[in-house]
Amino acid sequence: MKRWLVFLPLVFLLAAIALFGLYALGRSTRVEPNATVGKPMPEVTAPPLEGGPPMTLSSQVQGPALVNLFASWCAPCVYEAPYLDKLKARGARIVGVAQKDQPAKTAAFLSRWGDPFALVLDDREGKATIDFGATGLPETFVIDSKGVIVAKHTGPLENDAHVEALLAALEKAD
Amino acid sequence: MIRRALALIAAAVLLTAADDPKDYLKDPAQEERARSLFEQIRCVVCQNESIAASEADIAHDVRMLIREQIAAGRTDKEIKQHLYDRWGDFILLRPRFGARTALLWITPFAIVLIGGGLIFLRRRDTEAGAAPAETELSAAELKALKQLQNNPPDKLAQ
Repeated sequence: MKRWLVFLPLVFLLAAIALFGLYALGRSTRVEPNATVGKPMPEVTAPPLEGGPPMTLSSQVQGPALVNLFASWCAPCVYEAPYLDKLKARGARIVGVAQKDQPAKTAAFLSRWGDPFALVLDDREGKATIDFGATGLPETFVIDSKGVIVAKHTGPLENDAHVEALLAALEKAD
Repeated sequence: MIRRALALIAAAVLLTAADDPKDYLKDPAQEERARSLFEQIRCVVCQNESIAASEADIAHDVRMLIREQIAAGRTDKEIKQHLYDRWGDFILLRPRFGARTALLWITPFAIVLIGGGLIFLRRRDTEAGAAPAETELSAAELKALKQLQNNPPDKLAQ
């Protein structure tokens, strides 16, 4: 048996430590499912925030557009509010779907942090979270002109790069 | 005393997320089915917990969705497909076998097969290496052996 083979386990150990330190530590372990991307937007029926008969989300989206799932009880939604404003300023059509919220609270949230939405549906039971395959709030979906989900952003929009990525996806979805 | 403490710990560990009993399915067999499904479905916000164990709001919503679907007469397979369509492989604690999960399923078996194969090959090699000792003696060796047998060295002859 060759002598240097004795050091082989040590070499593997060091390699594993290097892999962990250089690769795994810098990587988010959070899984962001995107099984609904590429599929038609789910059928969500809810009344508009200002009241009235229930309407289907698909009839209101008129893509290319963004669908943003949010709630007044969602702190990261406050964080992303200025970036949604930027998207609106750049011409994006955004439809908001309030999740499991009281209409009065949703309205207060929008008057306090800004209302970037062309329309807000009041999804009291949070069906959209489940049918869009979301893993929490907020999540933003890019819908093309045929009503298909073509991209998504999981979690809050945190910087201008996120805004640009969504604008680029909207451009492509035209 | 110790036994009671252990029982309490066990109870705490086994305690699963509680739904309001009025949300339970009326038919105990159906509720049982729902609970066995809860164990197989991942809570999407907790990353590594089943919806049976999770207190998260969305886990509760998915539990209620599963109960609704069971009440509506859907099969376990249909319900899993319903969830799979929304969250993909991530939703199933035991992922399906497919192109994306093949590596996950095959790797352990591949390691055992490769390792076993290497051990088998090595063993065969050492046996092959030892084999010459069992081959017949050369003519010169036979001659030397015969000589020893006919004329044992003094010490052995005693």
